[in-house]
Amino acid sequence: MDLVTPSFGLMIWTTLVFLVLLLLLKKFAWKPVLTAVKERESKIDEALKAAEMAKLDMAKLKSQNEDMKKEALAAREQMMREAKETKDTIIAEAKEAAKTESEKIMVSAREEIKSEKNAAMAEIKNQVAVLSIEIAEKVVKEKLSSDEKQKTLVDNLIEDVTLN
Amino acid sequence: MKFRTYFKSLVLTFLAIFAFATANASGDEGKKEFDPVSFATHHVLDAHEIHFWGEGESSFTVPLPIIVFGTEGMAVFMSSEFHHDDHGHHVVEKNGMSFVKSHEKIYQLNAGEHHLKMKDGEVDNATKPFDMSITKNVATLFLVALVLILVFRSVGKYYAKNGAVAPKGLASWMEPLILFVRDDVAKNNIKTGPERFMPFLLTIFFFILCGNILGLIPILTNPNLTGNISVTITLALFMLVMQLIHSKKACWSHMFMLPGVPIALYQILVPIELAGIIIKPVALLIRLFANITACHIIVISLISIIFVNQSAAWAGLSVPMALFISVLEILVAFLQAYIFTMLSALFIGMAVEEGHH
Repeated sequence: MDLVTPSFGLMIWTTLVFLVLLLLLKKFAWKPVLTAVKERESKIDEALKAAEMAKLDMAKLKSQNEDMKKEALAAREQMMREAKETKDTIIAEAKEAAKTESEKIMVSAREEIKSEKNAAMAEIKNQVAVLSIEIAEKVVKEKLSSDEKQKTLVDNLIEDVTLN
Repeated sequence: MKFRTYFKSLVLTFLAIFAFATANASGDEGKKEFDPVSFATHHVLDAHEIHFWGEGESSFTVPLPIIVFGTEGMAVFMSSEFHHDDHGHHVVEKNGMSFVKSHEKIYQLNAGEHHLKMKDGEVDNATKPFDMSITKNVATLFLVALVLILVFRSVGKYYAKNGAVAPKGLASWMEPLILFVRDDVAKNNIKTGPERFMPFLLTIFFFILCGNILGLIPILTNPNLTGNISVTITLALFMLVMQLIHSKKACWSHMFMLPGVPIALYQILVPIELAGIIIKPVALLIRLFANITACHIIVISLISIIFVNQSAAWAGLSVPMALFISVLEILVAFLQAYIFTMLSALFIGMAVEEGHH
């Protein structure tokens, strides 16, 4: 029976000790521990959320980078194309210029050739004229060696004059 | 890791000492007719001294202060003044009152009497003063409080100092238990504002756990604190008070106006519900008391095999079995602390629940 007979003295001591323990532990242990744990849990929660956000940001950044890369590639393409075009036009222009220049040179060369030719022709004509005069002189001297011949000549000349 | 190794070896050492000390404590009794029933009963009951080993004047005991309120007022003296007498023969005179001790109870002898007389199994010539002594269980109670304050003050300091960081050292040992009480015990059973009850539930959990574990330590003479009915009654009363203070209107209206139940059944159900208020804490206190006391009695009985048979050879059977039960008791220590706290949380949770219809 002693086993199940409560002792009031022990009950009072238990009550006192338990109450003191409850108050002391509440102040010195449970409050700081639970606050710290809760704080840590919210920190972890925030960190996880931040990580998720960072992941999203990374993905966004990655797609942005992809876009930028694409843009850069397109720009390069564009630039290449433009450069090629410029090159082509420059070459074409140069060709054109060279062509006109060469044509000009040809024309002037031709003109020079022509004038030289003319000069040469004039020279030749002069020479021919001088030679002809000399020949004519000789012929005339020959022809006029006799009177008869002189007379024929005069006649011919007169004929020519009339003809003119 | 280091601490864990220490802990393991500590537990093993205690268990070994336990077997040795218990064997020693009862060694001298072998000369007389050994009575395992009174031995076990004596062990699980409260006492006015801490008895380590030996018998009578040659025993090694630590006396404890006796505080009694008799007819002439308070008397305070050490239990050693009874000179190990537990049969009501040695009289201690204090403040004009004469006290004797019989079966660990203090009696005040009526005027003119010189020793305790029994008549039909009842005390005939003495009255029982109000006993507020620091008994073995009260001393254990103080030890529990001391251990809990030392441990949790250091844990609390760690968190107050370091803030929201991962726990280290002692804090890392206690935090899982604290979180276990918070998440699995409180939050699972109390749906509305479990934070309010955290200090109470944590204190009651660690109080019972520490009491249970101290009861397993042989060098402390296995004090049967949480297996004492007075202690479990007090703890259950605390639970009842918490439940009644915080119970909501919904809980009471549910009790008296059961929804969907015919009026005719009220005269049966309302008394049952009302009785339930008392039955709940009674179930709690009996469960804890019975489990812990039973464990102590089993170990004592197993050790008693040696002395009943008057042969040390029986230690080969009884010590391994006692060791096995002692290890099992470690599980029971945690289990009972958990069950008591969990059911307290459940009952409080039922009381604070807001009506939801």
